Amino acid sequence: MKDFKIVYQKPDAMTDIPFPYCPGCSHGIIHRLIAEVMDELDIAPKTIGITSAGCSVRNWRQFDIDMVMSMHGRGPAVATGLKRARPEAVVFTYQGDGDMAAIGTGEVIHAASRCERITVIYVNNGVFGATGGQQAPTTLIGQATTSYPHGRDPDVSGYPLKMAELLSMVAPDSYISRTSIHTVKHIMLTKKAIREAFLVQIQDQGFGLVEVLAACPTNWRLDSASCMEKIESEIIPHFPLQTFSSPKKED
Amino acid sequence: MTYKLNQAASGFEKFLMRGNQAVGEGAIRAGCRYFFGYPITPQNELFEYMAKRLPEVGGTFLQSESELAGINMVFGAAAGGGQCMSSSSGPGFTLMGEGLTALAAAQLPAVIVCVSRAGPGLGRIASSQADYRLATRGGGHGDYQCLVFGPGSAQELYELTFKAFDLADDYRNPVIILSDAILGQMMEPVTIDSLPEKKAPEKEWAVKGKGDNPRKVIKVAPHTDDELISWNRHLKAKYEGMKAKEQRFESLYTDGASTVVVAFGSTSRIALDALMRAREEGKPVGLFRPISLWPFPEIALKALLEQGVENLIVVEANNGQMIEDVRLSAGSDAKVIHYGVGGGHIFSPDEVYREILRFV
Repeated sequence: MKDFKIVYQKPDAMTDIPFPYCPGCSHGIIHRLIAEVMDELDIAPKTIGITSAGCSVRNWRQFDIDMVMSMHGRGPAVATGLKRARPEAVVFTYQGDGDMAAIGTGEVIHAASRCERITVIYVNNGVFGATGGQQAPTTLIGQATTSYPHGRDPDVSGYPLKMAELLSMVAPDSYISRTSIHTVKHIMLTKKAIREAFLVQIQDQGFGLVEVLAACPTNWRLDSASCMEKIESEIIPHFPLQTFSSPKKED
Repeated sequence: MTYKLNQAASGFEKFLMRGNQAVGEGAIRAGCRYFFGYPITPQNELFEYMAKRLPEVGGTFLQSESELAGINMVFGAAAGGGQCMSSSSGPGFTLMGEGLTALAAAQLPAVIVCVSRAGPGLGRIASSQADYRLATRGGGHGDYQCLVFGPGSAQELYELTFKAFDLADDYRNPVIILSDAILGQMMEPVTIDSLPEKKAPEKEWAVKGKGDNPRKVIKVAPHTDDELISWNRHLKAKYEGMKAKEQRFESLYTDGASTVVVAFGSTSRIALDALMRAREEGKPVGLFRPISLWPFPEIALKALLEQGVENLIVVEANNGQMIEDVRLSAGSDAKVIHYGVGGGHIFSPDEVYREILRFV
């Protein structure tokens, strides 16, 4: 055995606790990317994460850092208070689309408008996962959910909210980007964006947010591979992958 | 504006200030350095006092987008070990229910002030004590309990706000100061140097980034059913401890009284005027003023009945809220009468006097 060497392992910023997520769920990938970025920037000892409500409510178990649980949607407000009290800490929230784009819309818009030095990792999978697949603000037109089994009709339940676009209009000095995890290339680009969203906080440049397009195989009623195809063919056309704003302006 | 009074004779520094400002100065004196809040009348003088004073002492004032966001900012600052406060009035205090239950669940210390106005709904800004039940019975979901104080003067608002920060830290629990429009707006002399200037204590449980230490997690939810039960048992024991140790009250002229007026906050001041007039006419009337509204001072109230008090007249500026606690404390044999109405009616000493005369 001693001739073997470790070439790949979990990041130091993760605990040994197995993920509680369904097969094919994107949370595990996104958790890992955040932990890799914390390792690479060597910030885990001074980072505090804030959980949301939903499937990722227990992700305080996964990150080997100080963590604070918040009530549904209030992550950016909790992060604001925490960062003001502990300006030397790196503070991030991890929020789903129900959490951040429905019940917590006000909190995130105003945190962005104040350019709070916090980082928001926003996971958009188009459904309320933990509660059983109800319509989220981001559910596509025509997509069936348990709230609207015949599909989303904008006359009845509105249009999908484009949070990255909206937030980039609130605070032009923020880093606001949308990425996806449907291919390895896009996973790497997501990591790069997460790193940037942490760096704008660490370098005191502004508010950072990455919207990650993610899959929920259980509630989409699809296998994992079909989920990735759906992101490519149906979701990205509505939610384009793009960096919408950045404090680093071209000269 | 506050006005410094010439008090060369007493040697104490006295200021003429509004009750709302007295709360703010008590908080600053206690080491409060973070305030998150939203404008609402009749608490604005407190909000503005903190906006002016906190930058002077190196603190942070932030106007939140709502009371809901404000109380959750308090939650975040408290989790980080900050000495923090928020304030509002009825409509905004209702929105804070979510944050209060979260603070209690996570066992985070904070001081929250409610300067009551008349409701229900948006109501109007006239003074009332209509938020007694909201403050003492929770406001948020789940089994939790905040300490609630109902001071009766600007000086007491100042001193109890200061004390509230200590108690919040001792119990790791939110503490509510229940004021009202009369107390908040009224100007009275306040002796500022009756209290020392304190620094916020170091809180070893707070999150600041784990550094080289084991990590910490501030939770609003237990992970397992077993943890849920033991967590609630712990909270229950804590609340029982508060109930045993934190009952506060003032008894005036209750020795030999056959009738006692029970009133708190601004109403107790009006009631005292009324019963002094009755006493001048030889009527055996006393005043029992609960200072802690939760825990309600039930032991002292019960003792009054054992002394021979026959009537308890509960005077409160609402439709009958504190009377529930008086009845629970006094037992079913006691004669307990309510006098008051919601909707912003301010008592005159005359009408309370006439009510007293119906029983003595």
